[in-house]
Amino acid sequence: MSSPQQTISIAGENSLIVYFGDKPGAAIASQVAQTAHQLRESLSQVLIDLIPSYASLLVIYNPLQTDHNAVRKSIRQALSNLTDDVNSESNKGQTQGSLVSLPVYYSTESGSDLQTLADGAGLTTEQVIAIHQQTEYRVYAIGFAPGFAYLGEVDPRIAAPRLATPRQKVPRGAVAIADRQTAVYPAQSPGGWNLIGLCPQRMFDPNANPTMPVQVGDRVRFEAIDKQTFLELGGQL
Amino acid sequence: MSGLKVIQPGIFSLPQDSGRFGQHAVGLTTGGPLDSNAFRWANRLCGNALEATAIEVTIGGLVLESTTTTQIALTGADIPLTINKKPAALWHSHAINPGDRIELGFATAGSRGYFAVAGGFQFEPIFNSASTVPREALGGLTQDGTALQTGQLLPCETVKDHRDSQAVPKHLVPDYGNNSALLRVVLGYQQEAFSNLQKQLFFTSQYAVTESSDRMGYRLKGSKITPSIEGILSEGICLGAIQVPADSQPIVLLNDRQTIGGYPKLGSVLSLDIGKLAQLMPGGTVRFEAISVEQAHNLLALDHHQFLNTALENIPEETLESSLKNTAKSTKP
Repeated sequence: MSSPQQTISIAGENSLIVYFGDKPGAAIASQVAQTAHQLRESLSQVLIDLIPSYASLLVIYNPLQTDHNAVRKSIRQALSNLTDDVNSESNKGQTQGSLVSLPVYYSTESGSDLQTLADGAGLTTEQVIAIHQQTEYRVYAIGFAPGFAYLGEVDPRIAAPRLATPRQKVPRGAVAIADRQTAVYPAQSPGGWNLIGLCPQRMFDPNANPTMPVQVGDRVRFEAIDKQTFLELGGQL
Repeated sequence: MSGLKVIQPGIFSLPQDSGRFGQHAVGLTTGGPLDSNAFRWANRLCGNALEATAIEVTIGGLVLESTTTTQIALTGADIPLTINKKPAALWHSHAINPGDRIELGFATAGSRGYFAVAGGFQFEPIFNSASTVPREALGGLTQDGTALQTGQLLPCETVKDHRDSQAVPKHLVPDYGNNSALLRVVLGYQQEAFSNLQKQLFFTSQYAVTESSDRMGYRLKGSKITPSIEGILSEGICLGAIQVPADSQPIVLLNDRQTIGGYPKLGSVLSLDIGKLAQLMPGGTVRFEAISVEQAHNLLALDHHQFLNTALENIPEETLESSLKNTAKSTKP
């Protein structure tokens, strides 16, 4: 289901960027993932890499083996094959993505900003925790740091702006909210998102296969665990 | 294993192969040599595969001692090179014996040197690459993104017989001397958000390289360029992308760039010119020139064929001394 909303633009000497619209959402996330999947097959040898993001796909090719016109043609072909029919068996994997469940130890002990966020939202911490788990999120993009997956969209009741002053150290596994996005920090790093809990599962492990439990287009649910379970799963406070 | 021992690591010396590709989906950048032209010649001089691991030496100061018989080459910035205290030419290959001491001084023109060894340095790859990306804590000798350290042994193969020294033909050796560069740009991305006036300003102005320039990107200072939009949904960034953040001063994104970002972009610098930019010192100046994507394709193809079809020059050892006189200016302390 190609639509006039999709455009193909030049990004550089060896890159084209496909725009799918100007608002991220489940439908667009699915289109981005489907297109990436198809281009991996159809461009294979001449493809250097792909960067799927919120509503775009950067296609990097080898200009010594092909040219931008040939790559545009492959992209147009992939776009014409897009489907919104999430019930079709053949497209189910691609359009819906995998559903990944991530355990979270939510508490004021493991999430430094949980109380402040609840206060600001006029909710109890229990309500914030419940609302965070109610949404099935989509992986919109991966970037910023290795393994950092941007998930959307957070329920507006618990959306909160980034901290005015970012922290120097956010621990690995921190589950955090910024505006209408949520994420799990894959490694200790500086960061300005609101911390509400800790996830014991590694989000980025160079020695694991796959390296990450999620990819762009996948769906994610968070499930609360208690402190005991968190520690048993290898979590550290 | 045999290799070269690090006596002094220098200011900032990073092992780099051609880059880490195919890992953008998990957020990894490419790394790799900033000056890919100097890098490939260094490998060519050592008879290596063009993607073999070499050391990117920023400014200089690297001192090595060999435990083996091998050949080396240093290309890129004008960094005085000595082997056992005797000056040795850049853009040449040199025979090395066990115990030889290889010393790199400090750059007099340009800022990145490429030090290659026969067979390439033998580092364990991570995500299929030995390229060192400090920001991601990946790659290099210890696989954790750290620069060279005193006392490390950089493993390499032992060469049975020294080949004749070879040199890159003079006319292909870049001149890094005037600390300025013309960068060719393929317009793209949000270029329509930059008015014709803004584009004219950009392409007719001179920009200076600022101190806040590193392997992630070169921040420039000059005429302010203001797009009609402030930000965009974060999207994939290719090598050389020119982004314009809120302060209206362009940043050219290089090998260690973040893979996605939300600032408007005007287009991307031609990869053949990235090395020229990365060789500039703070205060160096650049100008930009727009080219079409078709011109870019042609330039890349011509460059590729020129490189493949150019023969290195054979230099008998006895003439090395006289050839050095030509480069004497770069061997002064």
